[in-house]
Amino acid sequence: MSTFQLLNGLTFAALLFVVASGFTLIFGLLRIVNLAHGALYLLGGYIGFAVATRTGSFVLGGLGAMAAIAAIGFVLDQGLLRFVRGNDLRQVLLTLGFAFVLDDMALVIWGGDSFTVPIPQMLKGGMQVFGVFYPTYRLFVLATGIFVFAGLWLLLNHTRLGALIRAGVDDAEMVEASGVNIRRVFLVTFLLGSALAGLGGLMGGAFLSLYPSADAEILVFSLAIVIIGGRGSLVGVGVGSLLVGLLNTLGQVMFPELAYFVIFGPMALLLAFRPLGLFGRAATT
Amino acid sequence: MTEAGSAQTKIAGMTGRAVSVVVVLAIAAALPLQLSNYQTGLATEVLIFGMLAMSIDILAGFAGRTSLGHGAIFGVSGYVVVYASAQAGLPPAVAFVLGMTAATLVAIIFALLAVRTSGVYFLLLTLALGMIVWGICLRWTQVTGGENGMRGDVRPAFLVTHRAFYWAVLAAATFVSYAMWRFVRSPFGLTLLGIRDSESRMKSLGYNVPLHLFIGFAVSGFFAGIAGALYAMFNNFVSPSTVALAQSVEGVLMMIAGGVGTLFGGFVGAAAIITLENVVSAYTQRWQTVLGVTFILIMICAPEGIIGTLRAILTRGRLAKERYKGN
Repeated sequence: MSTFQLLNGLTFAALLFVVASGFTLIFGLLRIVNLAHGALYLLGGYIGFAVATRTGSFVLGGLGAMAAIAAIGFVLDQGLLRFVRGNDLRQVLLTLGFAFVLDDMALVIWGGDSFTVPIPQMLKGGMQVFGVFYPTYRLFVLATGIFVFAGLWLLLNHTRLGALIRAGVDDAEMVEASGVNIRRVFLVTFLLGSALAGLGGLMGGAFLSLYPSADAEILVFSLAIVIIGGRGSLVGVGVGSLLVGLLNTLGQVMFPELAYFVIFGPMALLLAFRPLGLFGRAATT
Repeated sequence: MTEAGSAQTKIAGMTGRAVSVVVVLAIAAALPLQLSNYQTGLATEVLIFGMLAMSIDILAGFAGRTSLGHGAIFGVSGYVVVYASAQAGLPPAVAFVLGMTAATLVAIIFALLAVRTSGVYFLLLTLALGMIVWGICLRWTQVTGGENGMRGDVRPAFLVTHRAFYWAVLAAATFVSYAMWRFVRSPFGLTLLGIRDSESRMKSLGYNVPLHLFIGFAVSGFFAGIAGALYAMFNNFVSPSTVALAQSVEGVLMMIAGGVGTLFGGFVGAAAIITLENVVSAYTQRWQTVLGVTFILIMICAPEGIIGTLRAILTRGRLAKERYKGN
């Protein structure tokens, strides 16, 4: 694998990390497998695209996407999921129905064409890294991925909210019994996870472009990452993203049409030996 | 009640059931005589999707594992049937068998990975596996025709008319339903029920739980493959949307709408969803939204399915009446 391809894999992994970390946060704490996460990613991309082209500001596009997707997440959590709390299967299937509605609405509004979010002037072009000339924007995605990882790590390990989230992942009932309003922690986590999907949508929209089945593609990758990394583990998502991102790039180089098979391999292998993923722990219920 | 008496009621119950089966089959067989070609096509679709829903129910209702990958198994069978007959020029019967075999093989691969998981993980894994199949069908353009899919006249000459094909599908559905019913009521099927209710108990009783789930999954995939092969013959066309997540989701929705664990409810669910689809499509192109909303509503309001909810309402009514009489 050449340096160029290695960088492609790393930048793709960074994007996957941003999206999948939101997915696993929600899965880990709320035990909700949010299958609308892919749709939230796509919608975030579209909204970010709309805001960025209207205002001409990439940053505003990102903020707009995050805010709008967090708002949609709020509707999903408070408006719909509250009716099926405590029932895993019904929650999953409900989010799937929600994803169908979101996708279809996106199709109504933005149609079937593909869009590319405009890259700001200062990130256009390329620069010299490790002896190759590489697009600046993709390096920016890589930096954002690392930044998000650091931010989440600090949040989870060095704030009160993070401590509550970690405690909630291990045993939500105990946290509630010690006088914490766990519902509010759940809600904040849900909004944060959704916002990350929105941010991912904007970032991905600028180099993978946005089109109607992009949500399904990103969802497959997110699922693979969570299956590989394990439920609710930040390090797990990091390792999973790196593995999936690099393998996918390798697969595209070696057999472009069957790249999906390549992520399937490690997933299968892992499940045979560690059904809960690399960093997953059994639920304490 | 004496033993002879109970045996008598049992026989009476069996005759009653046999009579109702014959009546249902007779009505189903007479249906195309009354319907237009278009409606006969819809009825055919109901039968095919009913089979798919039932194959999902084998796992969901009897082994407690809801699969979101059955659309892919169903679709792979369709792809193989169309490829074998249109591209490789094999006779329809051979293509059909190949399709079923391919579906069973895919199910076996899925099962090998999925039997160690349960609950949400099972759902996630089957979903991811199904989507990998979809990705391959979409991207492997040389073989699958990519986004355009593949077209080909798959039906044998004697099944070209709508009616003839409907009857063939009805025969297949009857056979498949009977086979599934026997399967879930067999001693083996009962072990699946045992696993659904308590995996640890079955394990300590000495049953090989993963092996039983594996066999259950493979059998379920075999039946989904039959449905998929028939669907390819029905449409003479396959495309990535045949294997897409939406296909699995529709199958699961039909299964749930009919009632989880009712097996034959699959046909009721399929009829309900396909009728809804056609009514809605007459007014709007937003079928996917309606499907999503239906899904959300069923999850919130009627998770037991149409049959289950009706049954619950009826039982509640009967109980109320009895209580009233008692007073």
